[in-house]
Amino acid sequence: MIRVQAGDFDIGAEITALTRGKTHIGGVVTFTGLVRDFAGDAAIGTMTLEHYPGMTERMLADIEAEANRRWPLDASLIVHRHGPLMPGDNIVLVITASAHRQAAFEAAEFLVDWLKTKAPFWKREAGPGGDRWVEAKDADDEAAARWHK
Amino acid sequence: MKVLYFAWLRERVGTGEEEVAPPADVTTVAALIDWLSSRSAGHARAFEQRDVIRAAVNQDFADPETPVKPGDEVAFFPPVTGG
Repeated sequence: MIRVQAGDFDIGAEITALTRGKTHIGGVVTFTGLVRDFAGDAAIGTMTLEHYPGMTERMLADIEAEANRRWPLDASLIVHRHGPLMPGDNIVLVITASAHRQAAFEAAEFLVDWLKTKAPFWKREAGPGGDRWVEAKDADDEAAARWHK
Repeated sequence: MKVLYFAWLRERVGTGEEEVAPPADVTTVAALIDWLSSRSAGHARAFEQRDVIRAAVNQDFADPETPVKPGDEVAFFPPVTGG
């Protein structure tokens, strides 16, 4: 399942809903991305996430489907927020569940790496020096490239 | 043809979405960028750093050589920074 939403999410409630009745699940891995209050040496006040309605949901669904092809997952969820966010706010949630932990760990890492390089979201940071669009990091491309094997 | 702009491309062009009717010889993403660049100073500024611009045709990532035709939805944006 994937969701793109302006509102916050409750990690505990999401795990409960995702795993309810699936008693063959042996391990659940979650990753939560938060808004930091710094970028390099600069302080960040607010962050605004722009997305491409339609394509964003499609890409997240594609990435999730790819994870389910590669690993034997019993359940998975990606929730990504958009709109204005403050430091400390949740941005993204990835949950993977499997009979065994290794598949859940690997799939969660894969999902986060891939959504950073393939999901159409753009971050704009507002700080004391004004606003700026966040630039894509080479390190993110390298992290995603590890999975091309 | 519907053209969408995101992030700083949207700011430079001055709109997030426009309906355009390029001439018949505009059949690829690269040719569309050339044609759009001539529409205004804002368009020209949006497309000046071609190597950092990404495109999608009908919501699939596209290359400069990807074909475009009337009725398509073509989007231009910088490298993504979600997650």
